[in-house]
Amino acid sequence: MNEKCIIVGGGLAGLMATIKAAELGANIELFSIVPVKRSHSVCAQGGINGAVNTKGEGDSPWEHFDDTIYGGDFLANQPPVKAMCEAAPGIIYLMDRMGVPFTRTPEGLIDFRRFGGTKHHRTAFAGATTGQQLLYALDEQVRRYETEGKVTKYEHWEFLGIIQDDEGRCRGIVAQNLRGGEIRSFLADAVILATGGPGIIFGKTTNSMINTGTAASAVYQQGVTYANGEFIQVHPTAIPGDDKLRLMSESARGEGGRIWTYKDGKPWYFLEEMYPEYGNLVPRDIATRAIFKVCVDDKLGINGENMVYLDLSHKDPKELDRKLGGIIEIYEKFIGEDPHKVPMRIFPAVHYSMGGMWVDFNQMTNIPGLFAAGECEYQYHGANRLGANSLLSCIYGGMVTAPNALAYIRGLDKHVDSFAPDFGESQRKDREDQYEQLLNMEGTENAYLIHKELGEWMTDNVTVVRHNDRLLKTDEKIQELIERYQKIDMIDTSRWSNQAVPFTRQLWNMLQLARVITLGAYNRNESRGAHYKPDFPDRNDEDWLKTTLASFTPDGPKFDYESVDVSLIKPRPRRYDVAKKGAANS
Amino acid sequence: MSEQRTIRLIVTRQDDPDSRPYQEEFRIPYRQNMNVISAFMEIQRNPVNAAGEKVRPIQWESNCLEEVCGACSMVINGRPRQACSALIDKLEQPIRISPMNTFPVIRDLIVDRGRMFDALKRVKAWIPIDGSHDLGPGPRQSQEESDWRYELSKCMTCGVCLQACPNVNNSSDFMGPFIVGQVNLFNAHPTGALNKDERTSALIGEGGLQECGNSQNCVQACPKGIPLTTSIAIMNRESTRFVLKKWLSF
Repeated sequence: MNEKCIIVGGGLAGLMATIKAAELGANIELFSIVPVKRSHSVCAQGGINGAVNTKGEGDSPWEHFDDTIYGGDFLANQPPVKAMCEAAPGIIYLMDRMGVPFTRTPEGLIDFRRFGGTKHHRTAFAGATTGQQLLYALDEQVRRYETEGKVTKYEHWEFLGIIQDDEGRCRGIVAQNLRGGEIRSFLADAVILATGGPGIIFGKTTNSMINTGTAASAVYQQGVTYANGEFIQVHPTAIPGDDKLRLMSESARGEGGRIWTYKDGKPWYFLEEMYPEYGNLVPRDIATRAIFKVCVDDKLGINGENMVYLDLSHKDPKELDRKLGGIIEIYEKFIGEDPHKVPMRIFPAVHYSMGGMWVDFNQMTNIPGLFAAGECEYQYHGANRLGANSLLSCIYGGMVTAPNALAYIRGLDKHVDSFAPDFGESQRKDREDQYEQLLNMEGTENAYLIHKELGEWMTDNVTVVRHNDRLLKTDEKIQELIERYQKIDMIDTSRWSNQAVPFTRQLWNMLQLARVITLGAYNRNESRGAHYKPDFPDRNDEDWLKTTLASFTPDGPKFDYESVDVSLIKPRPRRYDVAKKGAANS
Repeated sequence: MSEQRTIRLIVTRQDDPDSRPYQEEFRIPYRQNMNVISAFMEIQRNPVNAAGEKVRPIQWESNCLEEVCGACSMVINGRPRQACSALIDKLEQPIRISPMNTFPVIRDLIVDRGRMFDALKRVKAWIPIDGSHDLGPGPRQSQEESDWRYELSKCMTCGVCLQACPNVNNSSDFMGPFIVGQVNLFNAHPTGALNKDERTSALIGEGGLQECGNSQNCVQACPKGIPLTTSIAIMNRESTRFVLKKWLSF
């Protein structure tokens, strides 16, 4: 039997799920708002983690697992993280076989470099454009299945919502062709969302324009539980820009880059001083808070501005080109200075969401038949993600989700092709009516300006340092923006290739998810990983070693909590100034 | 400075594939570090043209904004390139922007590059692995081999080389310079080499290598500096070898 599966999103997670499902004989309909080859995974730079242990350092999947749990401040459920770390070496080898041009050692093996939050060389890389190279490899394999007729792509189509049957099971999706504008229903017994993160809620970030979290928010409003939304990673090293904040990979520090600023007229390598054991390779939350403190509290940024140096100028220029060429080129093109010769000027920027749709160990959301993989789900990174673990969690997530989705389909008593011919039509019609309403909006507000305002409020108040009074004010602001949303004037009423209406639709979803993030942060009175409150500076396992679960109600998110599975590694204090004590390998 | 500096943009617009293109001018307040994309974003926030008329905002494609996704290709002051890396401070004004019209125009600056993805299918641009199950590491490769393939593998399917190429036009079905680099990329891999003749054969088929007029525009236009002309030379040799081999095997 050829099961049919719908996959939404064509980044690493979606493409890997597609490959696995096709291999298992399923027919796949793959939806993406951009040609899949342009998905946000292309922006990942530094590499992918896997304890291949080719450097004689005694690395192991268990050590990788422990670093990941410790780096995530013990908020992740441990069994799936362990399974991911065990699969990691095999994933790197698979990508190698697909032809990813990994940077090599003189012996012809895959080279590995260091990344934050570990003492091991565990990160495989292709220059400094690893995400792009991994994505291309998967894109090529999917194209092969496309020519065999197993995969049908719907590119330039936007996911609007799922279709549910009377029992609440997910039985398909409604999607819109962004060129012709038609809104159609597509039926299948399982749907996998691999739709990426919600960074654009914060306005200017390291994220791509499409990372609005719109799909995750749409299904959240249909009843999907959203977990740990308040855990937003702010990357320590990005270059400020007028349209976005461009990432300067952690691999710059992995290859020996140093962070400093002037203090008393002399260079001050403050990370090395504060964290002698890990130095510049502390995890991102730690580095970001340190840079923030030096610039904002101590006013020691370069020329008093919010910037510090990321310095590679002491490194061999040829080696820099081979191992970091991609980011050096970005810095040269956008800033006009040569990082071989002068230190780069950087500042933290919103980068990644640890939180996302709640899923069980089979990657299924609380709506049966709806699965999630990649950054859009919450499972692998706890309260802070380690660098180079995202490419891994995306590929691994896709790899395990597809077989689980097919097993789910095989276990069903009845299948959607036996349903009445008009099944799903009313849910499709609702989306069409909604589109017509948006198209006819007349008022005084501009959707893009509301988004700008949202981003500024979120960045100012819901990122590195969080205060309860400001979080509450931000939530009030979001509610004000939700009211003003009703008065938007639709600036483009064309029915052909209209970008303004879809953006306005996404803006609604961003506003809903912004409340989940803000109120989740407000409720959590402790500091853990990326979530830091000066009024509650310590981790509080007694009250807060638990997963935040947000459910949609028309009056705003409702919060519940569930305990974290810490069955494999007992929580212990997290420190990077001294060597990590390894957990007992049970 | 007392007077607010402005940026002048003259954009070639088109409402749909069948309508006539027209030019529209915009004046946008200048800020530091702007690029063409942030100028367009300003128009979304205040969709008014230079004559003060309310207009529909410009439609364009972009995504990563750091020149790795390939989405935002357009012609800026006569040169096809990525809009995200087109910094306002480095452009002569008025800045003239038009779609890459070697492709069918969808609307304004959005074009249909689907033919490029079709070409990738035609030449079988992938490594035919046995399956995604765990089969251990791939073949060992030298740094040099891997570095060469990495250069070729940076192709973002952005379409700039097709716009720049005089041989991609209405009277030719040339797949474009990028496809030569892609065939080279897969043929240069130890596993990919096992079926390189399939790709070479497709490359000298319809719309293939023989359509290249050696203008060398592609290598100059490529935003990623991909060695396209070197690839074309390599593939010319490889196809000669392939044709001879086929001829001798009769």
